[in-house]
Amino acid sequence: MEWNGAFVAKVLPLYAKAFWLTLELAVWGIALSLIIGLVCSLIQYYRVRGLQQVTAIYVEVSRNTPLLIQLFFLYYGFTKLGIHWSEETCAIVGLAFLGGSYMAESFRAGLDAVSQAQLESGLSIGLSRWQLVLYVILPQAFAVTLPGLGANAIFLLKETSIVGAIAIPDLMHVTQDLIGMYYQTFELLALLVGAYLIMLLPVSAALRWLERRVRYAAYGR
Amino acid sequence: MLPTGVEVLTEGAVLERLAGGLAVTAGVAFSSIAISTGLGLLIGLLRTLPLRLLRFCGWLHLELFRIIPILVWLFIVYFGIPNLLDIHLDGRLVAVAVFSLWGAAELGDIVRGALTSLPVHQVESGKALGLSFWQLYRYILLPQAVRRLVPGAINLATRMVKTTSLIVFIGVADVVKIGQQVIERSILTVPMASFWVYGLIFVLYFCLCYPLSRWAKHLETKWEG
Repeated sequence: MEWNGAFVAKVLPLYAKAFWLTLELAVWGIALSLIIGLVCSLIQYYRVRGLQQVTAIYVEVSRNTPLLIQLFFLYYGFTKLGIHWSEETCAIVGLAFLGGSYMAESFRAGLDAVSQAQLESGLSIGLSRWQLVLYVILPQAFAVTLPGLGANAIFLLKETSIVGAIAIPDLMHVTQDLIGMYYQTFELLALLVGAYLIMLLPVSAALRWLERRVRYAAYGR
Repeated sequence: MLPTGVEVLTEGAVLERLAGGLAVTAGVAFSSIAISTGLGLLIGLLRTLPLRLLRFCGWLHLELFRIIPILVWLFIVYFGIPNLLDIHLDGRLVAVAVFSLWGAAELGDIVRGALTSLPVHQVESGKALGLSFWQLYRYILLPQAVRRLVPGAINLATRMVKTTSLIVFIGVADVVKIGQQVIERSILTVPMASFWVYGLIFVLYFCLCYPLSRWAKHLETKWEG
């Protein structure tokens, strides 16, 4: 097998475009799922009546169905109900729907880790409810939650590989198309893996550093 | 406006065909889970041994599957290996191979974590009693590790069931592919077909995965206290 450099140079711009598109979708998906997750976990933490059941159902539905089917349902099923959205919007909504429940679970683990004594001390020095959340609960919960959030971000970044299924020219879609057109399978697969490594290795290294930092913050070693 | 056209699911042999597709999906999921359980236990045990090379291989195996998305792995094996060796590979075989290797890596890590989380004095007491290596694992370590690893292993099985939806990308006639065929056939007469078919597949996956994750959560809380 010979490496076809000229061919690689030819398709490289296509991969670069797909790379940025994939990254853009992932960043939007991760940002939105962080917001959804935080809101859901606070609803569950404060046992907001009515909303608590809704978020519980949402978390179970989102965690127990595959992203591919969620996307197909959103993209092909919902348009029939009169909701029309672009492929990109649909992919971001799908990623946020999936990621929101994972983020919610991570946030909840962090909130549960803040001890009762912290809450009572805060109240006894006269903090309002919002001050308690902003200055006592969230900063402590955040430290415990960070590694979980990072792992979820990597998970979502990898899940973006599926959005090609709804006609988004992402890395997978571009690879599949080009393999069909040119049969330069070896080069194209190498580019695909390379692109994902460039995207994921730094994030994964950053996560490992973060985990060490948090462990140090928690146990001092 | 209420969506109509639910008849699309009941006419002809649609339900039977979807059930057939689901059987293919379930077959791939079940085989992969079975193979990765055996392989994962072995890998987990091997990774606790004080052998540098073995530990490195285990770590590399896990990281390769953690960093590169499973769909990319399916592509590498399905398109790459036939191209390299000039053979044809059945999509189902590729799917079971990739899912098994992935599941084995993840389960291996769960098993390793469970074994290494046991207190050191368990190993030392066993050795002091004069137990052999196999007796130590068989009677002391594995029975205690099981409780720590089963909830995680069930959650992994749920993830594997969900991931089987990807096999439609490598040409397997699974429940998603059959659903697409049903939609394509009836989309002109029943515009709502895609809503109902994908809705049904959505519910089917939920019915497969929800009991599994409930069971894992139940065992987790039961064995915690």
